[in-house]
Amino acid sequence: MISLTSYAFVAMMLFSIGVIGVIARRNIFVIYMSIEMMLNGVNLFLVTFARYHFNMDPQVITVMVIAIAAAEAAIFLSVIILLFRSRKSLDTDIFTTLTQGEKS
Amino acid sequence: MNTNLLVWIVLAPLLGSIINGALYFYHIKKEKVSDLTFSLIGAGTPLISFLITLSLFLRMNDEGIIFKQELFTWLNIDKLNINMGLLGDNLSIFMTMFVTFVGWLIHIYAIGYMRGDKGFGKFFAYFNLFLASMLILVLADNPIILFIGWEGVGVCSYLLIKFYYGKAENVIAANKAFIANRVGDFGFLLGVVTLFFALGEVDLSFTSIEANLTNASPELLALSGFLLFVGAMGKSAQIPLFVWLPDAMAGPTPISALIHAATMVTAGVYMVARFHFLYIDLENIGLFIAYIGAFSALFAAIIATRQNDIKKILAYSTMSQLGYMFIAVGLGFYSTGLFHVFTHAFFKAMLFMGAGGVIMALHHQQDIFKIAQHRASLPIIGFTFLVGVIAISGIPPFSGFFSKDAILAAAFQEGQYLIWAIAMFTAFLTAFYMFRMYFIVFVAPTKSSGKYVYTSRTITIPLLILAIGAIGAGFLNFPSIFGGSHFVDSWLSQLNSKTIHLSHTSEYILMIISILVASAGIYVAYKKYANFDVSKPEEEIGLIGNKFYIDELYDVLFVKSSKKLSVFIDKVVDDKIIDGFIMNTSSNFINIGKKVAMLQNANVRFYAAFMLIGMTCVFVYIYITLGL
Repeated sequence: MISLTSYAFVAMMLFSIGVIGVIARRNIFVIYMSIEMMLNGVNLFLVTFARYHFNMDPQVITVMVIAIAAAEAAIFLSVIILLFRSRKSLDTDIFTTLTQGEKS
Repeated sequence: MNTNLLVWIVLAPLLGSIINGALYFYHIKKEKVSDLTFSLIGAGTPLISFLITLSLFLRMNDEGIIFKQELFTWLNIDKLNINMGLLGDNLSIFMTMFVTFVGWLIHIYAIGYMRGDKGFGKFFAYFNLFLASMLILVLADNPIILFIGWEGVGVCSYLLIKFYYGKAENVIAANKAFIANRVGDFGFLLGVVTLFFALGEVDLSFTSIEANLTNASPELLALSGFLLFVGAMGKSAQIPLFVWLPDAMAGPTPISALIHAATMVTAGVYMVARFHFLYIDLENIGLFIAYIGAFSALFAAIIATRQNDIKKILAYSTMSQLGYMFIAVGLGFYSTGLFHVFTHAFFKAMLFMGAGGVIMALHHQQDIFKIAQHRASLPIIGFTFLVGVIAISGIPPFSGFFSKDAILAAAFQEGQYLIWAIAMFTAFLTAFYMFRMYFIVFVAPTKSSGKYVYTSRTITIPLLILAIGAIGAGFLNFPSIFGGSHFVDSWLSQLNSKTIHLSHTSEYILMIISILVASAGIYVAYKKYANFDVSKPEEEIGLIGNKFYIDELYDVLFVKSSKKLSVFIDKVVDDKIIDGFIMNTSSNFINIGKKVAMLQNANVRFYAAFMLIGMTCVFVYIYITLGL
């Protein structure tokens, strides 16, 4: 049987890769995918512990998360399209109009 | 006794000043006013003052009364009650007598001296204003009113020194006089304030100060006496505040005669005599005054021996004679000191007026050697000048002998042999430098033809009248050993002055010594200067010729250093420290703001990293505190 640690390790790997993706990458699509990856890392944790403790509650939350993530994806993609229309670019470093003073 | 005449002594010249001032404005703005009008008003008002004073003097002499006049209450704040009042007691009437008389003569002289000057009317307006201020000073019945006069004469002195304000050096001289006096006035004002606090609830008139003096603490009184004397140092040009007097000679000569010789500079002596009840108990302060007087007398006399400017020689001799007066009042011989003020007013005013006549005859030449090179024949001026020079040297029976000898005898009797010796040596120097000036100006051989120059009668007549005064004034206080009546001493008996009660033999010996000393001075001057080659003038060189570098010393000590201090404060303290501090603070805030603003750089990835760091911190904290 695969140990709990292995599951936790994979989940943490997923989450960490997501975090690094959000911080390090500039392409807004990649960032979005990284966020999804973090969500899935957390989901994996929840499912793992649900199985481990024989408790259904985390599984409910996981389903909830997936549902919300799907709704969120719809909004996220439409926002990305709007951003792309305004600047013809997907580079996050360009979208700095909300800074103070100088810029743009 | 109450009288309403006193105020008119002051008001006459004051009104003269106002009318002359208004006329002068009319003169320059609209149409010309003749010099005669100005001179009638200018010289007429001192005569009115003099006649009123004379009538009061005669009544006082007959009936033995003193006059008082309360004009109005000037200030009445809680304890402080100042009446605008005039006091005509023996002392102030004595001063008023010769101030108005000599003042009147000098006004007449000024008519001749200032003839044709553009500012003729202005001159008389200022001159009358000066006389009015001087009379306020003399007739004041409390120190505050005295201070009004004290400042008034200072302002008039300033205005008149820079009468020819076109020349920068005259303006500088006037500023110097004003600023040096300001130092003294500050002391005087502090002295009056100290006196007020020492005495408490009094109305500050001289009579009530005198009556309440025993209640006050002696330390405060001593402080007050010292501070009042600082005022006198400034006004009467004593060490260390004397530097302004020689420079004040930049003004027209009548100014030098009236203000800087006969009246204003003696205000310090008058003030000390006026506060005689204060100084009589302050023996140490008195001795200090006497020593300051003695050293000023010596110092000025030494400098005067190497000066070439005729008016500066006279200025230094004025300072020297003022020193004598302070010796007398410092040692408690008030009437003796005032007697010297009185005789000095005659012969020094006359010397200045004579010098003015010479200067005028030679078209404003003041260097004695150049005067000699272009000598003109001026018989009356020459004669009166000789009278003045003999009088100041102390040769009997001229007035200077009696007053100066009394001071020397006073110093000897008090056991102040150092002061006596200094004063004696100064007497030698006085005779020397005065005759040096006389011999060079009038006697020494010269190539000049010496043609006769007409001098206006308005100049010669006052000179002759003053010459009579310079010869005869001494007899007013004829010593008792010659069967004299001591008129001045008994007239001023209110001052409780000490009197001279040496044995007749020692008094004779002292007199003979002082005559010998004066003669020796004259002899040395005769030997050296009677046949002096005036085409090769002596130069003002060396320590003495450069006036001991006192001007330079003061320049470095006070003028340059305060300039440097201001520059330092401007360039360093203000620019660097204060501005620097303020600008630094603000730019620091700006910089911090900019750094903080960098956190909000709209960089999503940066925000995410920041969030991560924050959350990590929170988890670490929770982990540690909860011990999970």
